[in-house]
Amino acid sequence: MQPILAQSPAPSRSNLAGWLYVSPLVLVLVPFFVAPILVVLGASFFATDGFGGLTPGFTLASYVEVLHSALTLKLYLATIKFTALTWIFTLIIGFFVAYFLVFHVRNQLLAIGLFLLCTVPFWTSNIIRMISWIPLLGKEGLINQALLGMGVIRQPLEVLLFSDLAVVIAYVHQLTIFMIVPIFNSMARIDKKLIEAAIDAGASRFDIMRLIVVPMSKSGIALGTIFVVSIVMGDFFVVKVMSGGGSASVVSAFYEDVGVLQYPTAAASAVLLTLVLVAIVSLILRTVDIRQEITR
Amino acid sequence: MSAVLADMPKTDMSKSVAPATTKAIAPSKGGRPWTFYVLAALFACYVIALYGPMFCIYILSFQDIRGGLVFPMKGQSLHWFVDLFTQVRTGDVKGSFDRSIKLAVIVTIITVVVSFLAGLGFRKRFRGDTIVFYMMIGSLVAPGLVLGLGTGLLFQALGLNASWYTSALGAQLSWTLPFGVLVMFAVMSRFNHVWEEAAYDLGANRWQSIRLVMIPVLAPGLVAVALFGFTLSYDEFARSLQTAGSLNTLPLEIWSMTLNVTSPSLYALGTVTTIVSFIVIGASLGTIVLIQKKRGSRAKG
Repeated sequence: MQPILAQSPAPSRSNLAGWLYVSPLVLVLVPFFVAPILVVLGASFFATDGFGGLTPGFTLASYVEVLHSALTLKLYLATIKFTALTWIFTLIIGFFVAYFLVFHVRNQLLAIGLFLLCTVPFWTSNIIRMISWIPLLGKEGLINQALLGMGVIRQPLEVLLFSDLAVVIAYVHQLTIFMIVPIFNSMARIDKKLIEAAIDAGASRFDIMRLIVVPMSKSGIALGTIFVVSIVMGDFFVVKVMSGGGSASVVSAFYEDVGVLQYPTAAASAVLLTLVLVAIVSLILRTVDIRQEITR
Repeated sequence: MSAVLADMPKTDMSKSVAPATTKAIAPSKGGRPWTFYVLAALFACYVIALYGPMFCIYILSFQDIRGGLVFPMKGQSLHWFVDLFTQVRTGDVKGSFDRSIKLAVIVTIITVVVSFLAGLGFRKRFRGDTIVFYMMIGSLVAPGLVLGLGTGLLFQALGLNASWYTSALGAQLSWTLPFGVLVMFAVMSRFNHVWEEAAYDLGANRWQSIRLVMIPVLAPGLVAVALFGFTLSYDEFARSLQTAGSLNTLPLEIWSMTLNVTSPSLYALGTVTTIVSFIVIGASLGTIVLIQKKRGSRAKG
């Protein structure tokens, strides 16, 4: 692994050259990320006439309203609950699947084949994948039919579909791959000689896991966490569909607000959510320097 | 991958330090530790859970006219596929399909070029690179729906019409580019710059070294970025919702279908989109294999 950020052999470059290379990226991000965020930020300070019209001005009314409402707290708690559950499940499954592929599958070609097997569903529509749980989890779905057939239950379980459980299942189904890929990537780079050395020094397999594998997979875990947390916290349609309208999240409430043209309130809650996300991601980035790790 | 861990003798987990083993580390046949079987079972369960639901809808999409949304299967026919592309009530599936494919191709091309350039730029520190990097991370983690709304409002304020090839294109790029650049980082970290050095030693200028050395060597990575760009765009929903204007992309079409269609034609659509995805993956993997083969024969020849 060559350190990418070390002196490369190219003729010495000025800062200008670096900026020239990233300028196309900046030219997309400024109008389509920075500007929209500023627009939302601006809109959150506007007053509204209640009919979708925005009156330019500066008022904190929307923020007061959002922060004072009991609903906000409830929404954040629901969102954090979904995020935490999804994160735990995707992390456990993702970590052990990656560990299995890297350290237990002896044939490299087979490992890559199995890895691709995990990634294939990612290439199909998210919405379709979500809907695909209906024939399984529904009241007349396969799981209920099987349990009824075996005599485990008398009544079909209603909790399987259109519930918080279904929401978490759908998230885990969709997002585990976002954990597997970065963790697999960082684990595959662990030098096997290190592990042999540890064995020679008398380490148990548990020690190796604790002292070598986990610390060296940290960057992958951090990257996966960022993906999973930001996608779950920014999601609304999985919650909407899989809970059958029974639960809401911060963004699904935002979506409803936009639907009824409550732009300033929606914008204020969007700004708050973005701040929360930025705080979480910054915390993660402070523990692991992703840029250094990724370009190791 | 030599599974060193797999050849460890059974050790008691409670003992923090096991006596040094005298057993050879070289992979042996058999002698798998118990954890192997546990993890293999976990992996199998994961794959089954991953594929199970999807196979259900593929199977159910081939029912005849009496078909419903759940098992048992009623008859076999292509009725729902015909229904999907002919029915008026399912909206404009064909049109949105065309638009999504076109948009995904445009997004893919831009993503590959811009990510590659940004990857080159980030190889060396330059003043202000951290700002660009964090802007990129911000764009990746910002809630898609919020960005979409902001973009929609922005276009409104500027008096521009939102459409799938302007505002939706930009909104999707704000999502695919950070992914592309991150993948590019990982790809470039494996690039051995001895080759580049050799090119400079032989008198190549920077453009020649990029065109004749870097691009051919990094080609598989670039294909991976392209694959990412294509699928992320083809499946993008949250950022397109407020920015696509009056004409839908495919995910928006599927979304509106889920709200008002409750027939297996929804499953048929799932089957069709999966087939398209597989064609794209097959083409990409084929490209990678071809590149590697060409390289192999050249190296040998």
